[in-house]
Amino acid sequence: MLDKPNSYVGRTLSRDAAKRAVAGRGRYTDDIAPARTLHAAFVRSPYGHAKILSIDVEAAKQQPGVTLVMTGAELAEMCTGPWVGTLVCFDGMKSEPQHPMAIDRACWQGEPVVMVVASTRAEAEDAAELVIVEYEELPVVIDKETALDKSTPVIHPDLGDNLAFEKMIETGDVEKAVAEADVVIEDTFTFGRHTAVSLEPRALLAEYDPGTERLTIHTSSQCPHMIQAVFARTLGVPEHNVRIVAPDVGGSFGLKIHTFGDEIAATAAAIKLARPVKFVADRLESFATDIHARENCVKARMAVSKDGIITSLDIDVRSGAGAYSQYPRTSVFEANQILNITGGPYGHENYRATTQVVYLNKVPTSQYRAVGHPIGNTVGESLVDQAAAACNIDPMEFRRRNVMRDDSYPRVSAAGIEMRDMSHQQCLETLVERMSYDALREEQAELRKQGIQRGIGIAAFIKGTAPGPAGYYGAGGAPISSQDSCTIKLEPSGGVICMVGVTDQGQGVDTVMGQIAAATLGVPMESVRVIEGDTDAVPYGGGTYASRATAIGGEATYQAAMTLRAEILEIAGVLLQAEPDTLDILDGHVVDKGDTSSRISLAEIGRIGHFQVAELPNHIQPTLSATHRFRLRDALYIFTNGIQGAYVEVDTDTGFIKLLNHWVIEDCGRVINPQLADEQVRGGCVQGLGGALYEECVYDTAGQLQNATLADYLTPMAGEMPDIEVAHIQTHTGVSELGAKGVGESGTGAAPAVVMNAVNDAIRPFGGKVTAQPMSPETILKALGKV
Amino acid sequence: MKAPKFEYVRAGSRQQALELLDQHGEDGRILAGGQSLMPTLNMRLSQPGTLIDINKIADLSGITLENNVVRIGAMTRHVEVANSPIIAEHLPLIAEAMEHVAHHAVRNRGTIGGSVALADPAAEMPACVLALGATLIVESVKGRREIAADDYFQGLYETARESNELLVEISVPIEKPDDVSVFLELAQRHGDFAMAGLACVARISNRTFEDLRLVYFGSEDKPTIATGAMAAVVGQTWSAACKEAAADALTNDLDPMTNLQGSSEMKLHLQKVLTGRALDAAIERAEAA
Repeated sequence: MLDKPNSYVGRTLSRDAAKRAVAGRGRYTDDIAPARTLHAAFVRSPYGHAKILSIDVEAAKQQPGVTLVMTGAELAEMCTGPWVGTLVCFDGMKSEPQHPMAIDRACWQGEPVVMVVASTRAEAEDAAELVIVEYEELPVVIDKETALDKSTPVIHPDLGDNLAFEKMIETGDVEKAVAEADVVIEDTFTFGRHTAVSLEPRALLAEYDPGTERLTIHTSSQCPHMIQAVFARTLGVPEHNVRIVAPDVGGSFGLKIHTFGDEIAATAAAIKLARPVKFVADRLESFATDIHARENCVKARMAVSKDGIITSLDIDVRSGAGAYSQYPRTSVFEANQILNITGGPYGHENYRATTQVVYLNKVPTSQYRAVGHPIGNTVGESLVDQAAAACNIDPMEFRRRNVMRDDSYPRVSAAGIEMRDMSHQQCLETLVERMSYDALREEQAELRKQGIQRGIGIAAFIKGTAPGPAGYYGAGGAPISSQDSCTIKLEPSGGVICMVGVTDQGQGVDTVMGQIAAATLGVPMESVRVIEGDTDAVPYGGGTYASRATAIGGEATYQAAMTLRAEILEIAGVLLQAEPDTLDILDGHVVDKGDTSSRISLAEIGRIGHFQVAELPNHIQPTLSATHRFRLRDALYIFTNGIQGAYVEVDTDTGFIKLLNHWVIEDCGRVINPQLADEQVRGGCVQGLGGALYEECVYDTAGQLQNATLADYLTPMAGEMPDIEVAHIQTHTGVSELGAKGVGESGTGAAPAVVMNAVNDAIRPFGGKVTAQPMSPETILKALGKV
Repeated sequence: MKAPKFEYVRAGSRQQALELLDQHGEDGRILAGGQSLMPTLNMRLSQPGTLIDINKIADLSGITLENNVVRIGAMTRHVEVANSPIIAEHLPLIAEAMEHVAHHAVRNRGTIGGSVALADPAAEMPACVLALGATLIVESVKGRREIAADDYFQGLYETARESNELLVEISVPIEKPDDVSVFLELAQRHGDFAMAGLACVARISNRTFEDLRLVYFGSEDKPTIATGAMAAVVGQTWSAACKEAAADALTNDLDPMTNLQGSSEMKLHLQKVLTGRALDAAIERAEAA
């Protein structure tokens, strides 16, 4: 079906929304402005940790345009109870109950304390300046390394300590492997905290109609159904009375799968005032309140035989969360994922991984693009490079000896993860060819003679995509679906409506779903309309996160289209007095399977099926629609694999890094739209390079975020980015008929690892080694002993 | 992130601007290109009572050459400076610096006068005008005053301009035919605030520095002339030892501020590296001339 000549599947088509966005015709949440809309602004805690002694809102209430001033205590009265960001699948995890706005105590700088609602955002901000909050500063916990020390204050006394979660995975006998090893590499890696920085910030417009008791929220979200469930439950509105619409979304990267107290507050204001209330986070608020991620320190050890075979790996991860575990997805996934994936490409049988996730007086952390993978891959791949150097084996050859064989699946990794349909060997050999590896090594050696220090990096990776229902969210008790769904309908005109639970944030999910539907049904793309991002329209689904849209939503769309196709052929068979299996659908027409001559158009089937049903015998009841849901069965994830290469130049006097070339060979199974898959990989790489080189949310010892502007928090810019060459190996996953795996995070997952390996390759002759990200010029200069 | 309330007046003439400035004093703020002022207003870091917009005052912008002096109106936008044949021919230091000034969008609005008036320690134009020995011309209702660049920059965002004075012109003597100039800057991403940088003007004969001016920015609280490093080089024939002496002297000339971009120690190291590179480049340019 999908592999027919001229199939839309496997073909580059431009994104539906691209033309609209370029023409300035995008419609984002902030573009929607109903009459009488009010605007919310927040008074936020200026301290990392402080007791709230008193709040005086009188002056603010008297300001022009102000409609409502609401404190945390007043908001709590409208809520069913505080959030607790734990999931039962994380044994022993604990978190302090969290109110949408602070009541007695603020636990991070930026936590909302008072909401001001006014006719304009400017008036709301003017009035917010007049709210007087009296604070008593409390000691802050900022350093994750000392957060569990006896002498460190406990942020939430009821929890007993600052520990959120701890876990250990143990397979085989690491100590025995280390004792017997020829080479043991040991190192410590640190990773700065960073955040998503989506171009469109968090945005929400809430409208409550007291007449129908319906709550409608337009919001920049990846997961409308999750938002529906959480907002309904938190505010005590029946779920079926809540409609969530995600219009155009300007980037999300995992930021927009979370729930935030200020958004609950704005929605509560809309209910209380029965007027539309809008809240759009400004850039400062985005830095100070969007989820953060990546703050980890990993102590790691790898044991290797002298012929370069990895025998064991052990890691100990100290992960810095914020003041609360983020509800409902928690703040422990990053650590958990590091444990799952570190050393994941390799066949060693001894593995021990431990983690402790600790609370800090900082912005809560949670899932952000490629959760945990940049850290796990950096740790594993740096150790591999160091081990290769210690064994005097070329790092590519070292990986060649250690990656899981392509013919060895299905198998279980040392971390206990089921692996299937993977292609490490094929990816590695493709990379060797694409980067002209041997020639590049020669060029590197030549340039060294001229004093030009270049480095070549390699990083093999695995990536967990499309999580299944047996694993975490739903199974852990959160109202988050791991299934996804599609309802597809043939309209009387012959047009096709395809309603999907997965959502588009600019990556082209809607285009990809349309391609699958059109290819499966046999209709032109132009006759398919994809509807997503509206809980009133689409069947229930999890939305887009964890590289799941194509793998899960795509299969649901494929299966729904197959069912509709069968019904169309059945009706056509009756009308044409032909066996359905002698017919096919091509370009919007039912055709003879043999000579592809047109027998009846889909418009005619639509007309008869909707308006002239009398032409059909009584036993035919046309539905001309089908709904299908898809879930993984037992697997935790559909794991993908790949390998990246990087070529960099390091100025050893200034510590500046120039990115020259970057290669990604990855296996996302069946590629639906090559250009969109490539762009996902490229964009993902750039985001990973940002974390590796520039991005860090810097806190001082008092818990003050130091760089909450785009002048001070550096994101990667096109000018500094290398060309990124992408190739796909397509090993279809066996868990679906479509065969697609996830692709959206594979670039991000390994880019920090490969660029760090390249930098270290460049500075190794000088005895330099970097193990901290971001790799600022100062980090490099320190590694070189220049400062 | 909305600006607090302020009054806005678009000055129609230089005289009107000066009167408004005199009337509002500290509470008034000149709006030129707005590339620094508008963000600080929106972040409520600055709450002036009145913005005096000088964008429509025609005789505040333009670049002319008179008697070996280039006169640059304060409202002249960076993009005009960057595209000016007069600047390219007579002030190659400024031409070279221009490509480091932020990004196209900022250069299209931002003005040279705004940059010099604000005196951001990481900005390029203050360093250039100091290196070139420019004269800053300010006016108030009381009259006109000329301030040598050497006397103008006094500290972090502090200048010799009084609050009732408007910077109207930057007069820069042209670079002498025998001189060479070099502008170097280190920023992690193109267009970012400088981590370290210097503007260098030198007269070189047979690889010997006859005269030299080194002005550093990005590391100090204001553009800073490195008298020690200059003394270590002037009269010397360029050599590895001379390069080292210049770097050593710089330790006493500079006292870099630690900030998010790096420590004082790292910035001093970078300024030393740039010094060697700038003087190498100066020798190369002198020999090519």
